[in-house]
Amino acid sequence: MTEPLIEPQHIQCENLDQMDQVWTRPETLIDRKLHYCPGCGHSVAHRLIMETIDELNIQETTIGVAPVGCSVFAYHYMDIDMQEAAHGRATAVATGIKRVLPDRIVFTYQGDGDLAAIGTAETIHTINRGENIVIIFVNNGIYGMTGGQMAPTTLPGFVTSTSPNGRDTHTMGYPLKMAEMISVLPGAYYVTRQAVHSAKSVRKAKKATLKAFQYQMDGKGGTSFVEIVSNCPSGWKMTPVESNQYLDDEIFDFYTLGDIKLPPKE
Amino acid sequence: MNKEIVIAGFGGQGVLSMGMTFAYAGMVENLEVAWMPSYGPEMRGGTANCVVILSDQKISSPIINEFDTAIILNQPSMEKFESMVKPNGEILFEASTILSPPTRNDIRQYKLPANAAAQSLNNKRIMNMIILGAFTQLNPILHDTSIMTALKKVLPERHHHLLPINEKALHRGKELIYR
Amino acid sequence: MSEKLLMKGNEALAEAAIRAGLKGYFGYPITPQSELLEYLSHHLNNRGGSFLQAESELAAINMVYGAAGAGVRTMTSTSSPGYSLMQEGVSYIACAEIPCLLVNVVRGGPGLGTIQPSQGDYFQAVKGGGHGDYKLIVLAPDSVQEMADFVYLGFDLADKYLMPVLILTDGALGQMMEPVTFPDYDVEKNKVDHSSWATTGKLTSRSQNVITSLHIEAEKMEDINIHLQKKYKTIQENEVRYEAINTEEADIIIVAFGLVARVAHKAMENANKKGLKVGMIRPITLFPFPTEILLTLSEKVDQFLVVEMNAGQMVEDVRLAVNGKIPVDFYGRMGGVIPQPSEIVDKLIQMDSSKTHSK
Repeated sequence: MTEPLIEPQHIQCENLDQMDQVWTRPETLIDRKLHYCPGCGHSVAHRLIMETIDELNIQETTIGVAPVGCSVFAYHYMDIDMQEAAHGRATAVATGIKRVLPDRIVFTYQGDGDLAAIGTAETIHTINRGENIVIIFVNNGIYGMTGGQMAPTTLPGFVTSTSPNGRDTHTMGYPLKMAEMISVLPGAYYVTRQAVHSAKSVRKAKKATLKAFQYQMDGKGGTSFVEIVSNCPSGWKMTPVESNQYLDDEIFDFYTLGDIKLPPKE
Repeated sequence: MNKEIVIAGFGGQGVLSMGMTFAYAGMVENLEVAWMPSYGPEMRGGTANCVVILSDQKISSPIINEFDTAIILNQPSMEKFESMVKPNGEILFEASTILSPPTRNDIRQYKLPANAAAQSLNNKRIMNMIILGAFTQLNPILHDTSIMTALKKVLPERHHHLLPINEKALHRGKELIYR
Repeated sequence: MSEKLLMKGNEALAEAAIRAGLKGYFGYPITPQSELLEYLSHHLNNRGGSFLQAESELAAINMVYGAAGAGVRTMTSTSSPGYSLMQEGVSYIACAEIPCLLVNVVRGGPGLGTIQPSQGDYFQAVKGGGHGDYKLIVLAPDSVQEMADFVYLGFDLADKYLMPVLILTDGALGQMMEPVTFPDYDVEKNKVDHSSWATTGKLTSRSQNVITSLHIEAEKMEDINIHLQKKYKTIQENEVRYEAINTEEADIIIVAFGLVARVAHKAMENANKKGLKVGMIRPITLFPFPTEILLTLSEKVDQFLVVEMNAGQMVEDVRLAVNGKIPVDFYGRMGGVIPQPSEIVDKLIQMDSSKTHSK
C-alpha cells in the first residue's frame, strides 16, 4: 500500500478560520486508511453511502451487508452495524434482517462476481420478492480481490488472468447486464446505473443513492438497485487515469449510464 | 393391553384417516398411542398403509413387523401383510376387493361386506368407518363416544355434517360382527 | 401445560418453535420435512413471527444468518440433501457465533437417495459438517414429545452458548403421530439480551456491532479457534444428556439414538424376556457425546452393540469412548430401511452365544 503523497498536517493554509467549509469527511465514514488500490472507485462509492446516511440521519437504524469481494471489509470504514456475508448471499442475509426488523434500513454492497455470478439466484429472487432494501452493485467487470479473473460482466475481448486471449464469447459467454435484467421484475422499484469516475458522475451517483435510500424509508415500493460502473486499475493493468479513460471510451458504450426503471409516480 | 394394528389398502380409501381416528380415540381413552404412516410417492394413488399402536403402557418401538390385527382393503396388501399377523391374531378384510382370502389357519379371519353395507347407506366413503365398527365390536377397547370425538378431530370442519352418517356406519360395522 | 394433542412430529416441532418465540423462519420444501414448512407458513405470521419460503436451502441458511444476526430467535429446517447445501452457511454461523436452531429431518442417502428415514447424516451433524473446526450442539429426539421439547432446549442452548443447535431427527419421527403436550414456556423470561453483538442499528451510545467470520491474520484466526474450542469443551463438561435403561444388571449394552433407540428398546425387552441381560444407553446429545458413561459401563459389562440406520457412524464414537476395553459390535440398516426389533434380538442372541462359547 502506498502512503499518501501529502500528509494533511503539511498543508499550509492562511486564514483557515475565516473560510467556509466546503468539504468534510461524512461523520459515519470512519477515519481510517482505506485498503483499496489507488484510484479504485470503491472509496467514492463508500463515501456516497455514508454521506447519504448522514443526510438522512439513519445511522442508528441502518444495517449494511457486505459479502466476499474487495469490499468485504466495508465495516472497517462504515460506522454502522454490519454483517459480512458469504460469497453471493448478501441479499439473502439482507432479506433475513429486513424480515425480522422491518423498520430498519437495510442495504447490501456487492461486487459483480458476487451479485451476477455466484449470487445470481439470490439477486433475482430477492428483487422478485420486492424486498424493501437497497442494493448497491459495484460493477468493475473483474474479480479484483482474487487477482483479476474474468467476471460475468467482463466485456468481450477483455484480457484477464482467466481469459488470457481476451473474453471469447463463443466459449465464455457474454457479459451480463444485470440492471436491465432485473428491471423487468415487478419487485424492482428503482433501477439505475451510475459511475463515480468524474465529478459530474459522482454528483449524479450521489443523487441516485440518496433516492434509493429515501425510497426504502418511504416503504412504498420494492427493491432499489443502484449499479455503479467502476474501474479496477490493478485488475485491468492500467493506471487510474487510463482506467477512467477506458470507462469513457469502451465500458459506457456497453453499460449505458442513467436510470433504467423509475418508480411509477415519476 | 397392547394392540398393534396395521391398516392397508389403496390411497383414497381412507386408510390413513382410519388409523388416525383409532389413534385419536385411543388418546381420548388415555391410552398411549402411536400412528406411523407409510409415506412417499405411493401416497399418491398407490398403496397406503399405517401402523397404529394402542397401549396402556409406554410404547417403545413404533416400528414393528408383527401385528395383532391387520385391516386389509386391497389384494396387494393382503399379500404383503398376511404373513405378518401374529399367531392367534386377526385379519379383517373387505369382501368385494379381496379375491384371494387369507390361507393361514392360525389366525381369525373376518370377511366384511363393508362396501356393500356402505352402498346400502348411500355413501361409499364410509366403508372405512364400517370396518372400524367391526374392529371395535371384536376388540372392545375403544368406546363409541371416543371414536366420535376422534372423528370430529380427524374430519375437517367442512365435513362435520357427515358425522351422523359416520356414526350410523360405526353401528352398521358392529352389526356385521353380530350376525 | 397445554392439553394433550395428537400431532405429527414435524408439526409438533413447528408448533413448539412458535411457542418458544420464533421470530424468523426461512426454509425450502423437501420431503420428509415439508409439513414443518407448511405448518409455519399457516401459523407463524399470525403469531408474532415472519415466515419466508426461500429460493433454495442456500438462501435459507443465509437468511437465517441475517435474521439471527439481528438477535432474534431464528430457525430453518430441511432434509439431508438440503442440509448438505446449507453447510457453508452453517460454518459461517458457527464462526460468527450466532445462535439459531437448525432441523435436519434425515432421509436415506447418499445422493438424492430416498425419502425414507435414515441416520446417515450423523457424521455430518456431529463432526461439524462444513469447512473448518467447529461443532454444533446436536439433539436427537426419539418421540414426537421430544421433537417439541428439544425446540425449547435447543433455542435456550443456542442463546446460552451463541452457536447453532441442530435437531437431528428422521423422516419417520417427522411423519408419525403421537400425543404431545407443550410446556408452559415464558418467552420473555427466557429471552437473552443479545444487544452487545446483534446488528440492530448502531446507537450513538455504543460502538458498531459487526457480524463476521473473516479474520485475515492467522494469529487472530487462531485466537478465534481457541475461543471456539474452549466453548466446546465447556459444553462437553456441562451439557451431556443421555438416557440409561437397565444398565445395572446388563451383560450387553445397546447404544442407539433417535427412532432406532425406540426399536432397540423393544428389542431389549424381548431379549430380556428370553433370558438375556441387555441394557441400553440412548445418547440424547450427539454432541456433546456421552463418552463418560460409556467408559464407566465398559468396566462392568461384556459387550456393546451399536444400532444405527447407517453403515456405522456413531459406533466410531462409542469405540473411541470405550477405547478398546471391550468389544463394540454393530448392527445397521441403510438407505432408508428401519431395523426391526426382531433383527436386533437375533443379533443380541448371536452376540450372547458367542460370548458363552468363548467362556
